[in-house]
Amino acid sequence: MFEHGEMAEASQLAALAQRFRPAVLAAEQTLPVAEAFLPLLPLDGLPRGSRVSVSGAGATSITMALLAEASRGGSWTAIVGVPSWGWAASVRSGVAAQRTVVVDEPPVSQWGQVIAALVDTFDLVVVDPTHQVTASDARRLAARTRERGSVMVDVRVDDGRRRFRWPIDADLSFSVSTSAWSGLGDGFGRLDDRELTVSASGRRGADRQRRIQVRLDGSGHLAAAASMNTTPMNAAPTNAAPTNTAALPAVDPTAPKRRLRSVG
Amino acid sequence: MSGVAPTRTVVVWCADWPAAALGRPPEAPVVVLHANRVVSVSPPAREAGVEIGARRREAQRHCPEAELVERDPDREAVNFEPVLAALDPITPRVEITMAGTCRFPARGPSRYFGGDAAMAERVAAAAATALRAPAVVGVGVADGAFAAERAARRAAAAGGGWLVIDAGASPEFLAPISVRSLGIPELADVLERLGLRTLGAFADLPAADVTARFGTEGAAAHAVASGVDLVPLHLADPPPDLDVDDELDPPLDRVDRAAFVAKALADDLNGRLESRGLAAVSVLIGAETADGSLLERRWRHDGALSSAAVAQRVRWQLDGWLTWARGRGALTEGGIVRLWLRPEQVAPARGRQLGFWGGADAASMHARRGLARVQALLGEDAVRVAEWQGGRSPADRYRLVPIDTVPVADDESLAVRTAGPEPWPGHVPDPPPALVWPVPRRAELVDDEGRRVEVNRRGAVSCAPARLSIASGPWLDVVGWVGPWLVDERWWDAVGHRRRARFQIAAGDGTAHLLALEAQHWWVEATYD
Repeated sequence: MFEHGEMAEASQLAALAQRFRPAVLAAEQTLPVAEAFLPLLPLDGLPRGSRVSVSGAGATSITMALLAEASRGGSWTAIVGVPSWGWAASVRSGVAAQRTVVVDEPPVSQWGQVIAALVDTFDLVVVDPTHQVTASDARRLAARTRERGSVMVDVRVDDGRRRFRWPIDADLSFSVSTSAWSGLGDGFGRLDDRELTVSASGRRGADRQRRIQVRLDGSGHLAAAASMNTTPMNAAPTNAAPTNTAALPAVDPTAPKRRLRSVG
Repeated sequence: MSGVAPTRTVVVWCADWPAAALGRPPEAPVVVLHANRVVSVSPPAREAGVEIGARRREAQRHCPEAELVERDPDREAVNFEPVLAALDPITPRVEITMAGTCRFPARGPSRYFGGDAAMAERVAAAAATALRAPAVVGVGVADGAFAAERAARRAAAAGGGWLVIDAGASPEFLAPISVRSLGIPELADVLERLGLRTLGAFADLPAADVTARFGTEGAAAHAVASGVDLVPLHLADPPPDLDVDDELDPPLDRVDRAAFVAKALADDLNGRLESRGLAAVSVLIGAETADGSLLERRWRHDGALSSAAVAQRVRWQLDGWLTWARGRGALTEGGIVRLWLRPEQVAPARGRQLGFWGGADAASMHARRGLARVQALLGEDAVRVAEWQGGRSPADRYRLVPIDTVPVADDESLAVRTAGPEPWPGHVPDPPPALVWPVPRRAELVDDEGRRVEVNRRGAVSCAPARLSIASGPWLDVVGWVGPWLVDERWWDAVGHRRRARFQIAAGDGTAHLLALEAQHWWVEATYD
């Protein structure tokens, strides 16, 4: 069974390792994910070979929370073209810095190639393309991802720049819709816990939308939320079209004026 | 570990090499930092009181006008090349372990120059003239590399020059030196607690007892302290088919291409070594230039050289040759046409399991190999890793470094610096923001009546914020705010002085931001996305 060649020995050992790895069946199809997200996912984890899209106010924190469990378990992550990624927050949420690699945004002509090379090597690839992804790139990447079993996370950072729709819908879309902060008062306190609503839908809206409330506390711990005291938010939902006017709204003379309160 | 009759060795030691490699004038104070700690200082900074191991702030306090620089192993290695080149005419067997110091056997050159003292004089003069940057160089000659290094350090501490320890006098010379010089802090701690502060006291202990108490590492240290040269048992001449070479067409004459070539060749060599279960302790890097001249350099490492370490050293060496040799005519316009690596000394590799029972993770090895392709597409520095640095603003806490400069840990993950324990005065309280803008975004923060919110010199806010607009976007209601958190940095420095007032603002659409007022303008530093 064993040949007497130097090169063959090392590769024989690798092949043997592959064969005798503990056989895990369903888990092969998913990457581990935090418990709070399980109600949103069809299988018991992030489905391998899929593209997950995350958008909305709080998208980056949710992305970090999605990556954390898999990264802790040994998966390598690549973050491509997200220059504003907050490392302290990422480390705190559990993403392992020693298994995370950052790649600068590639030029548009090479984008497809670079992402394909990364998908081949990494279990988790986070992207944020600011250009229109071509149909051929999208198809090729989807096929590569499926074949290799990686997960591509497409996070949409709200930095004022335009983001385009992908030609192919994401296998899983997370939309972080409302978010409420606690801890901040009128000139006192500090940002502490927050409550987010994450809704997930499958491709082309075929699955019904699932929704969970999660709470991200000050130490980065994510849990399914109970209700809590929050700073009151405006009733307007975030996906309403924003009024794009620079003019100030008229001051309502009957509304109580805010006064500065001296605190100690 | 068996001790053998120690070979007489010459060690050349450049004091404070990380600081000297920068090439600043000798009266300029320079402090070199790594992960917020001082690793090297130039003499003026040392006189001002900056110590190795101090924190950045302490260093600044002692010497505010010092130039603070982040450590760069590439720069140190490349700038040492002229010294090595100057020693080549004296001896072909120069070995370098770490930038700033090198060594070679003394017997041949000593006979040629007529004695140790004459040879040491020649070497010291050659090294001193070769240095671009004025640095203090010490040359030590003694039995055994460790004793020679201590002699060189002593010569350098005395302001440069040379020191020859007679044959057989090493144990006597080493006796008064502190056990801290062995470079094993845990062992030094225990020995000091036992009352053994000097190498002489340590060497007086019976070797068998030392091995019983401290194991092989302690036995090795004991041998070194006794002035016995250390030769690991299993070192052997490697078989010739472990050499790798590469014809370079077109010839290599640019530093940026050197990295790819280095990595490819190093991977090839390591593949061959690994399949035999060996690791290289010392590697000879050789190159042939277009006009036929040969360049060679030996690199050695006291442990075993890992794959990434070999690639790094090949890259440094190519950088060094390409940068310096050109000016002196050793490299003509042709560049390097052939490159080879020969492992000169090998030792059994510690063994790496492929994920059976722990050890190196298959995913990690796969990831590291695959990154080479991305680097080939985008350039070596396009792939980076986040390393903790520590700082007051969210943007300063981590910095991105190219992945090739980060050492690789046992399990093939990257040995990045993780957060230190020290709290940072004036830092923004946790939780940290998820988005940190590399370039702060303009914003406007106004009160009910539309007046801009300001902070006066006493730190009082002028009015309660009511509305926020980011980068001329839509106006959002402010539903919660806190501030001002005042930061007044480097007030003594006319150029570097920064005064900022920070606020946390929660807006009506669910977002929260970290805003800063600086120079009459509002900026969004980070968003709690």
